[in-house]
Amino acid sequence: MREKVSWADVLVHIILTLFIFSVVLTFVHMLVLSFSPGYVATKGGLHLWPEDPTLDNYAKVLKSKYIWLGYKNTILRTLVGTSLSLFITAMGAYALSKAYFPHRAYWTLLIVFTMFFSGGLIPNYLLVRDLGLLDTFASMILPGMVSAYNLVIMRNYFQSLPEEIEESCMIDGAGRFRTFISVVLPLSKPILATVALWLAVGHWNAWFDVLIYITDETRFTLQVVLRRILITGTQQMLESTQVQEMNDYLQASPEGLKGAAIFVATLPILCVYPFVQRYFVKGIMVGSLKG
Amino acid sequence: MTTQTAGGGKRNGFLAGFAGYKKQYALCLMLLPTIVYFIIFKYVPMAGLMMAFKDFKINAGIWGSPWVGLKHFEKAFASRTFLRALENTIVISGLKILVGFPMPIIFALLLNEVRSLKYKKIVQTVSYLPHFLSWVVVAGLLNQLLSPNNGAVNYILTKWLGFEKALFFLGDNAYFRGTLIVSDIWKEVGWGSVLYIATISGISPELYEAAVCDGATRFQRLLHVTLPALLPTITVMLILRVGSVMDAGFDQVFNLYNSAVYKTGDIIDTYVYREGLGDMKYSFSTAVGLFKNAIGFVLVVATNAITKKINGSGIW
Repeated sequence: MREKVSWADVLVHIILTLFIFSVVLTFVHMLVLSFSPGYVATKGGLHLWPEDPTLDNYAKVLKSKYIWLGYKNTILRTLVGTSLSLFITAMGAYALSKAYFPHRAYWTLLIVFTMFFSGGLIPNYLLVRDLGLLDTFASMILPGMVSAYNLVIMRNYFQSLPEEIEESCMIDGAGRFRTFISVVLPLSKPILATVALWLAVGHWNAWFDVLIYITDETRFTLQVVLRRILITGTQQMLESTQVQEMNDYLQASPEGLKGAAIFVATLPILCVYPFVQRYFVKGIMVGSLKG
Repeated sequence: MTTQTAGGGKRNGFLAGFAGYKKQYALCLMLLPTIVYFIIFKYVPMAGLMMAFKDFKINAGIWGSPWVGLKHFEKAFASRTFLRALENTIVISGLKILVGFPMPIIFALLLNEVRSLKYKKIVQTVSYLPHFLSWVVVAGLLNQLLSPNNGAVNYILTKWLGFEKALFFLGDNAYFRGTLIVSDIWKEVGWGSVLYIATISGISPELYEAAVCDGATRFQRLLHVTLPALLPTITVMLILRVGSVMDAGFDQVFNLYNSAVYKTGDIIDTYVYREGLGDMKYSFSTAVGLFKNAIGFVLVVATNAITKKINGSGIW
């Protein structure tokens, strides 16, 4: 049913295009700034085309050891945190997916209750401190290891799997854990992928736990290094060790450096995002199924 | 939680259930790390909440510190700063619901009117992107764009649109809340529309065909077919949103605010952070946090009960 183009169509397209422009232009503007020398970057205005482009901003950002340490720490926490969380959550969810698990409703309630009530900032901080986890890698992994929401979603998925396949595997002599690893997990790839992506994005973007638990700058993740550069305005994170080296970077400017830092830190997300976007959309549908 | 009370455990009763642990020892071992985690990292801090009723001394620890009853709560309600944070939390959250909540719905409806699949795909991909960036990154972008000195937005306002002077979006109490609300919409509108888009795509085409047969215009179809189909989803989302009204967006505010805009932008979560981890007033800030969490808890339980009544099933 083809209809003629009306003023409403035009209006719809104008509104949507304006919104898309606000997103795209923001990134283009920052990208151009990141390639701009100081005298251009401080001029103000909307920068959509590089004027006298320079790589100085990137050179300086990439010379900072904190950016590289941040990358290392972020990648490490994302890999370790995601796999550990996924594994522990899946095991717990599997146990609670069995209707014959003793006192299942009570155990589930124990977990679900934490979605609605928590100790809050200070008790959590004191706990991490008393456990001796301040300034350790574990403080980025352990306090948020299992999410009740993810566990419930996985449990629901496991419940929907046919019991017979597991039973036949166990009749063949495989133990419970073996069955879980070699039968249940392979059948659950969609939900595992979805939850893994959620966890990974969460770890990549996490900053608050590092801010409060970590004081050793060599353990900072990318987000916290970025926060120092962008928001606290601490240029120390970018300072080179030799003072005279600064002279090489007369072309760099705070605006350009911030732009470069943003792109250096966000590039992995921008690269991976188009390919994994649809899995997130699928994931939201999984999550909206009633628990 | 599903309402499966007819499971095996029920038949034997609570006590008889303990025999099951031996039989299911493998499953028990698999659940063990999860339970240990929740007890240590969730329930121990909850027990730590008792320090809201004590005067916490570092040397004495939580258990050894003296009880002081409701002293910290009374102090909070006598504090102008706390009352201001409470007010800001409710106002900012309220504005976000009032202005921000309808946006993803409107966005989904607009997108539904687009016929070119390719254009639709591009709009969706671009609009979801900001959701995947942290507020640290987005705050960095906003700091740059909204700067009164050389920010692009102020350049457009003064040079193109004839504003007399640059607006200090992040440093002026007159604009700070507006900046929070608009930037929150900018970041989340696309992603927030996913559920609505999916609901719309599930509407039977026959309904639209029937409407066309009856001579309904496009706008009438939107009003009488699409919107009614969306209404259950909208209701549930709105109720859930109201349930989390005490969360005004810590990540966003914390990365955007500064002392010049505490008057309009300081929310309970940022207040707790400054009082607790900044000034080390552990007991006092725990009391404030407990107050917030208790209200949040009541709201969530109440809103879920309402959802259950309307929908036949709640979120848990």
